[in-house]
Amino acid sequence: MSQSTQNAVNSSMDKDTEPAVPIKMRGVDVCVHYGDKQALFDVNLEVPEKQVTALIGPSGCGKSTFLRTLNRMNDTIDICRVAGDITLDGQDIYDPKVDVVELRARVGMVFQKPNPFPKSIFENVAYGPRIHGIGQNKIEIEEIVVNSLQKAGLFEEVKDRLDEPGTGLSGGQQQRLCIARAIAVSPEVILMDEPCSALDPIATARVEELIDELRENYTIVIVTHSMQQAARVSQRTAFFHLGILVEEGTTDQIFTHPNDKRTMDYITGRFG
Amino acid sequence: MSASENITTQNIITGQDPARAARLKKRYASERRFKTFGAFAVLVGILFLALLFISIFSKGYTAFQQTSIQLTVLLDEKVIDKKGTRKIKDLGKAIRYSKLVNRALYQKFDIPLKGRDSKKDRSLAKKIISGEAGVQLRDMVLNDHGLIGQSVTVWLLASGNADSFIKGQISRDTPEARRQIKDKQVAWLDMMREEGTLEKQFNTGLFTFGASSRPESSGIGAAAVGSLYMMLIVLALALPIGVAASIYLEEFAPTNRWTDIIEVNINNLAAVPSIVFGLLGLAVFINFAGLPRSASIVGGLVLTLMTLPTIIIATRSALKAVPQSIRQAALAVGASKTQSIFHHVLPLATPGILTGTIIGLAKALGETAPLLMIGMVAFVKEIPLSPMEPATALPVQIYMWSGAAERAFVERTSAAIIVLLAFLVIMNMSAVILRRRFERRW
Ligand SMILES: Nc1ncnc2c1ncn2[C@@H]1O[C@H](COP(=O)(O)OP(=O)(O)OP(=O)(O)O)[C@@H](O)[C@H]1O
Ligand SMILES: [Mg+2]
Repeated sequence: MSQSTQNAVNSSMDKDTEPAVPIKMRGVDVCVHYGDKQALFDVNLEVPEKQVTALIGPSGCGKSTFLRTLNRMNDTIDICRVAGDITLDGQDIYDPKVDVVELRARVGMVFQKPNPFPKSIFENVAYGPRIHGIGQNKIEIEEIVVNSLQKAGLFEEVKDRLDEPGTGLSGGQQQRLCIARAIAVSPEVILMDEPCSALDPIATARVEELIDELRENYTIVIVTHSMQQAARVSQRTAFFHLGILVEEGTTDQIFTHPNDKRTMDYITGRFG
Repeated sequence: MSASENITTQNIITGQDPARAARLKKRYASERRFKTFGAFAVLVGILFLALLFISIFSKGYTAFQQTSIQLTVLLDEKVIDKKGTRKIKDLGKAIRYSKLVNRALYQKFDIPLKGRDSKKDRSLAKKIISGEAGVQLRDMVLNDHGLIGQSVTVWLLASGNADSFIKGQISRDTPEARRQIKDKQVAWLDMMREEGTLEKQFNTGLFTFGASSRPESSGIGAAAVGSLYMMLIVLALALPIGVAASIYLEEFAPTNRWTDIIEVNINNLAAVPSIVFGLLGLAVFINFAGLPRSASIVGGLVLTLMTLPTIIIATRSALKAVPQSIRQAALAVGASKTQSIFHHVLPLATPGILTGTIIGLAKALGETAPLLMIGMVAFVKEIPLSPMEPATALPVQIYMWSGAAERAFVERTSAAIIVLLAFLVIMNMSAVILRRRFERRW
């Protein structure tokens, strides 16, 4: 079965994308255990550069777990063990020589619940560049902050109150602030774990628009529970089920003619 | 029975359904009952607190005043420095000045300086002025030799019994035989009060004197300084050690059997009776490390050990209360673990840590038992100049005074309690204020 999936993926790739898209991140035979419990089984997934890859699947299937392996956020969970190879630009990110702090500067993350620091809007964005020594002086930092807020589509709304606490913004604004914070350290990849699940439809639309714009400069991996959202923002989609990567391919292909019955059931909403 | 009631108390939600109305009524009743009970509990608490304050204040407020007597004393060179050496060996003898004070008193009351008949009067007159008066004069002379040979008019402390009499604590109506102040003395005191040479003044001595066998010249000065040293030692040691230990345990240490054991033991330590810490201090700091007995350094170390668990527990729960999402946010922008803790977690935990620390300090300030074990129940006359010198502590001073019989010590005991309570209230208030100031929402 997995053989046929693989073939299908390859054939679909040949069909409607130019094959020259470079691969930014690649997971090979990724297995993750939480204590004795295995959460991911031999996941093989490629994340193409400057595209949006959506991870979908029922709750508890391991989407977040996989996402967290990409910037080693799983390291912060004591009982979590990761096996297999994960590479960024061909370099193994679990190599002991790799500094996790550097890695996370290159692979940023936005969380499900907006989590701005309880500091000013300015400080929220400026924090990352400061600790990485990006921006030598105040003026440069200010430039980065303004730039990031602009890219996150938040600048116009907050330009007069950069000193006010970031926690005082609305949920949608907070989430865009978090995106600005992630952008500020100039990452290459941005991971988003259900970034819109705490937002209302209008704020969601705003963030989706933003994701679409960001695609130009960043590689994005997004976990979402909304089929529509996956369809709207992503170019590639991967469907997980019970810790297994069931199927992945272009978003068009997954949503129009999936190869696996489970994928079909899930996207048509017939899943238990 | 409830049909008519239902109509009058009809409710939009319950409508006509009697079972529902009955349930609602029952719920309201139980709510009311609980509220009444709660209010009653609070009231009882307040009542006891009020009782405590009233009893202490009514007993203690008089100690903040002290009766003083104005006397004109001739600093006769023949008595204090017969040979005119002006050396401390001669000038420093307080007993000689007491003689002068007594002489001035006898003259004031027209008592002959010599003679068998007047001996009793002289001994009565002597007793209305403090034995400490000689020391007062001596200190003046030592400061300024020019006073020798002159007449000086000074306010001198009245004796403890005279003070108690003036404050009305010794009643005139008691028969003379059972009264500490005799009729003759009463007459003299009244006379001086009339003439304005006897006054109740603010009792600065209460705050500056150390221990003394005479109540009028004893104060909490030495004890307060001892307590201050100890608090500084506790703050300087327990806060950094406690916070560092908590951060390590909470953020870095793996969760395994060892950390579990440590956790349990910290909680146990917090519950260990304080006297045990005193024994520990005696064994380790005095007998083993050879630190001086009765010194506030040892007291400070013992109280540090005692306060550590409190601070660790408070700090850990403050750290736990910081949402995980803040740590993740910091890590995700590439902060190292240490950076995420020091830049984000610790600032958010500060109010909790400070509150815990101040509560720990307040507990340590009021601690008596372990200090008794390490010999801080000492008669300390001089204010200690360093933590290595013998000292005592406020609660220990209270304990020692409470055992003394004189009426003037009773009021001083209460006064010392008032001072201690004032410190505790100030500390707890600053805990609240600090928490308000640092508190931030996330
Ligand atoms: N910190 C953890 N400790 C133990 N088990 C965990 C932990 N995090 C996740 N798991 C387990 O790993 C499996 C995958 O979880 P994961 O969070 O990746 O699912 P998910 O696909 O993101 O689900 P959701 O859509 O609900 O967010 C689940 O069975 C979950 O119970
Ligand atoms: Mg998830």
